[in-house]
Amino acid sequence: MENVFSILVKSIFVDNMIFAFFLGMCSYLAVSKNVKTSMGLGLAVTFVLAVTLPINYLLENYVLKEGALAWLSPEMASLDLSYLSFILFIAVIAAITQLVEMVVEKVSPSLYASLGIFLPLIAVNCAIMGGSLFMQQRQFVNIGEATGYAVGSGIGFWLAIVGLAAIREKMAYSDVFPALRGLGITFITVALMAMAFMSFSGLKI
Amino acid sequence: MSKLFSDKTKQVFLGPLSKNNPIAVQVLGICSALAVTAKLEPAIVMGLSVTIILGFSNVIISLLRNTIPNRIRIIVQLVVVAALVTVVSEVLKAFAYDVSVQLSVYIGLIITNCILMGRLEAFAMGNRPWESFVDGIGNGLGYAWILVVTAFFRELLGAGSLFGVKIIPQSFYDAGYVNNGLMVMPPMALIIVAVIIWVHRSINKELQEK
Repeated sequence: MENVFSILVKSIFVDNMIFAFFLGMCSYLAVSKNVKTSMGLGLAVTFVLAVTLPINYLLENYVLKEGALAWLSPEMASLDLSYLSFILFIAVIAAITQLVEMVVEKVSPSLYASLGIFLPLIAVNCAIMGGSLFMQQRQFVNIGEATGYAVGSGIGFWLAIVGLAAIREKMAYSDVFPALRGLGITFITVALMAMAFMSFSGLKI
Repeated sequence: MSKLFSDKTKQVFLGPLSKNNPIAVQVLGICSALAVTAKLEPAIVMGLSVTIILGFSNVIISLLRNTIPNRIRIIVQLVVVAALVTVVSEVLKAFAYDVSVQLSVYIGLIITNCILMGRLEAFAMGNRPWESFVDGIGNGLGYAWILVVTAFFRELLGAGSLFGVKIIPQSFYDAGYVNNGLMVMPPMALIIVAVIIWVHRSINKELQEK
């Protein structure tokens, strides 16, 4: 349990999806114009990550990895299907996003109204796919750790996008060089935020 | 053959290199652009991989465009791209193992690279295969040159080398020159891309935001 907690905190601050790996940058830059919508996107990303990553963890360990199919029959223990992982992971993510969209639409129309437009975007958000690929690399020992990592990464993304949106709302009133206006200054802002987050990198929990 | 490079096709090819650059103007595919640019070699491999995948996935989607049902088009596009990325990733593992280790998850992340989805949606779904291929290659190269420029400065200033070969002479270090360690850290990639955008928009004034 302690281990799960340390993975959670680490993935929020030290291995932040945005500031350490630049995953999910496209939607991060596109949707961070105001705090309200960025809250919506952050929530949606956290949710989809927390659902898809454990599923992909199970797929990886019981279907794809070398020897993972041993539970089916002894002859299949020598199979290594890991070259299929890209296609399977993205299929799971696309299917789950579609499913989540339909469920949310049915159960909570008000949440759907605020999240709806972002849900299809999430299928192609690098942070989700990146989470699954990092999970494959890091070899978590059980599904609890994988879930902790998923939730932590989601919260990290959420924190980053809301922070940037708050800064950009204020920055709308400042006088920036014409050539840097918009995209350029946003990049520099993100860089400064990333530098601030670098100070967490020595954190030991 | 005279039709092969008509004016429109030329425009489709040259646009993404400057006026309609995927990174500096369309803001697509930033994630990998920032993450793989600490050294020049992986940046070039990444740029080429994206160019090839983009070219071929554009052709495939363009051939299929009239048969794909509209509701599930995103999944179809993702599967086509994922298949191509798997091929490229296996080829890299076989012939350039060191680089593929350096690129780690970012090769897999080409699947969710926004440039791919953006071009497939915006161009390949409505144009013929040849133009789509040219559009794919053009956008891939537009993406690659930004990567190469960023990686050039980061490796030169951060490690004093290019392609792993020392460029800054030892006498500089003896005289007190120090590599800028911050350059190899993630945040500097953002700053360098911001500077590229700055220069690009100072030249092309019509791109400036109000």
